[in-house]
Amino acid sequence: MNGHLDLKDFREKLRSWLEQNCPEEMRDGAAGDDSICWGGKNWNFTSPAQKTWLDRCAEQGLTVPTWPKAFGGAGLSRDQEKIFHEEMRRLNARTPLQSFGIWMLGPALLQFGTEEQKLRYLPPIARGEVRWCQGYSEPGAGSDLAGLQTKCEDKGDHWLVNGQKVWTSYADKADWIFALVRTDRDAPKHKGISFVLIDMESKGVTTRPIRLISGASPFCETFFDDVQVPKDQVVGTVNRGWDVAKYLLTHEREMISAGGALMGGGRALGAVLKESETGLSDPIQLSEAMRLEVDSLAFELTLERFKDQAESGQGVGDASAMLKYMGTELNKRRLEMVMAAAGSDALDWNDGRAPNWLRTKANSIEGGTSEVMLSIVSKRVLGLPG
Amino acid sequence: MTKLVRTEEETLLADAARGFLGDAAPVSHLRALRDKGETQDSDLWAQMAQMGWAGVLVPETCGGSEMGHAAAGVLAEEMGKTLVTSPFLSTAVIAATALKQVANDRSKESLKQIAQGTMTYALAIDESSKFQPDGTALAAHREGNGFRLEGQKRFVVDGGTSDRVLVLARTGDDKSLTLFDIPFDRSGVSRVARPMIDSRDAVDVIFDRVEATGDDILGSVDDAMTVLKPALEAGQAALAAEMAGLASGAFEMTVTYLKERKQFGVPIGAFQALQHRAAHLWCETEVTTTAILHAGRKLDEDPGNATLAVSLAKARAIQTAQLAVREGVQMHGGIGMTDAFDMGFYMKRARVAAEWLGDYGYHAAQVAKLRGF
Repeated sequence: MNGHLDLKDFREKLRSWLEQNCPEEMRDGAAGDDSICWGGKNWNFTSPAQKTWLDRCAEQGLTVPTWPKAFGGAGLSRDQEKIFHEEMRRLNARTPLQSFGIWMLGPALLQFGTEEQKLRYLPPIARGEVRWCQGYSEPGAGSDLAGLQTKCEDKGDHWLVNGQKVWTSYADKADWIFALVRTDRDAPKHKGISFVLIDMESKGVTTRPIRLISGASPFCETFFDDVQVPKDQVVGTVNRGWDVAKYLLTHEREMISAGGALMGGGRALGAVLKESETGLSDPIQLSEAMRLEVDSLAFELTLERFKDQAESGQGVGDASAMLKYMGTELNKRRLEMVMAAAGSDALDWNDGRAPNWLRTKANSIEGGTSEVMLSIVSKRVLGLPG
Repeated sequence: MTKLVRTEEETLLADAARGFLGDAAPVSHLRALRDKGETQDSDLWAQMAQMGWAGVLVPETCGGSEMGHAAAGVLAEEMGKTLVTSPFLSTAVIAATALKQVANDRSKESLKQIAQGTMTYALAIDESSKFQPDGTALAAHREGNGFRLEGQKRFVVDGGTSDRVLVLARTGDDKSLTLFDIPFDRSGVSRVARPMIDSRDAVDVIFDRVEATGDDILGSVDDAMTVLKPALEAGQAALAAEMAGLASGAFEMTVTYLKERKQFGVPIGAFQALQHRAAHLWCETEVTTTAILHAGRKLDEDPGNATLAVSLAKARAIQTAQLAVREGVQMHGGIGMTDAFDMGFYMKRARVAAEWLGDYGYHAAQVAKLRGF
């Protein structure tokens, strides 16, 4: 068999399938947050076409193209996946489904789950029927995540969960939550944590949205009061949930740093300055904008370099901490610039720039603070002690 | 464009260069030259020529190894790590690129000699304290069939030890500049040595009614930039690569010291105040590394549109090298301030390299202009 011919054949079949099955309205690319299909029991499709597109893709396993067929995927190889993305882009097709289930729980289950768990939880994610959220941080456990205290007690025929999670994105809209909980209070802190799956409809689970300095947000607080959880809903070994968490955190950082959305991309600063009344005549702003332009361009190329590196089989590894740190810090500088250049024009809430500016302040906190990123580089890349 | 990852050949070249320079030209080599009051080691250059480094940009038809600009960057970066002093940038990169733009027998002969390591060049542009080619005032007055050069050049790097000089002269108003290729021993040319902080060769050159003919012009009269622009960009990119190497050389010393030096009973690298600064510095060097490789690729594959990539590389290299040497001295503490320790050499070279061929402001302004400011 000639692999190259196989790929060519694959591309042709895929192309014609996409052309026949992708509804016209779904061919507007990634048209902003409003166009995302998150799925879930309570999902309100924004149009019939959105539902048609999701169902057709799910039927082919194309919502999660690399997952095995048995779990709702299409079982694509790396090369085939690349072709899939190319063909989707060629048609400017929307991603049919996005979710934390796809990005985070799925990879964790595929790596650490039992066969039963994979069969039970993965296909509904792939079909967009169940929406998941992530319960990691707690009021007392941010950067020191392993210090988490949500209690999970073994009650013989079930687990009993008590505690609070914070920064649980979309908890108020999710059907299930994957959470880190403490199953052994006496063990060293990394060795008493388990990774548990909880139905958000369970008695004792409540959520409350968090309003940020930038306005409404998807973040929530999630409370567990005597929540009973079936015994088979722990992923991986009991008390070894930190292994799962670490795996997912690296995964998340690579996603954030590869995403580009947080990464300062966007318009050249020259245009931003020209539109402002004083930008080009203010020497301080001009000089800061020039420095920022130099740093942003070099950073964008660095993202490209790491993509090239990943494609040639070299992993990104701990450099993802560098990308996350540099990208989010640049984005903050950029929005400071935008605000300074706009002057009082941007101070009106309705203008829209202020919420963006304020929101960037979270970029260097969420997904691991800049300080945590620097500690990762210091220890794992430079090999400094401690 | 070729990927922003080093090719296998580039990796092999870097390894070979590191192996050679580690023995032949560690920082102690520069120190020994300085202590003797010398700025160049002609034996070292002869060895580099033998390995094909002098001909890195010289076409194979002229006896060169024609490895290209990305490869020249790889070599410059390795030289930067141990502060190697040689005619590499002035001769093998800048002069060779200028000569390559002109397809006549004389320039081919010069390229041959460059590749053999038997001819060296300096570039004379600056007349004020800043790099400003457009502001050139040194006049080449037309006289009979030829010209007379009258004026003075400053900060002519490698001018004290080179055979020839490429000198930018004004042949008319507006943008009428012409590039002359003149031997230093021509009547009326004199040099005033400048004892530079980086212990390298730089001179002021005085042109006192120096006779030149049409044969001495590189390229065409009133059109210096066709020849000079690619040469400057090649030099700026290679100098940026040298500075990136300098930054990583200084950084490596610093990280090693953080692990060895003990205070309060622990290695000082255990203190988070230093860890985070060291980690930040590493992040900056990673981003700069990209800009260096990108500039080399652009010069090799799309030389007509390389200005943005080159200025980006030089600006980033200046910023990162200066941060690396400032942190290098500070994190070493008192020992970092002593002449007996090498960090000072890195700091001084970074300062000189930052000014040569355009400082941060010059290159950031180029980037801004090309990005619509």
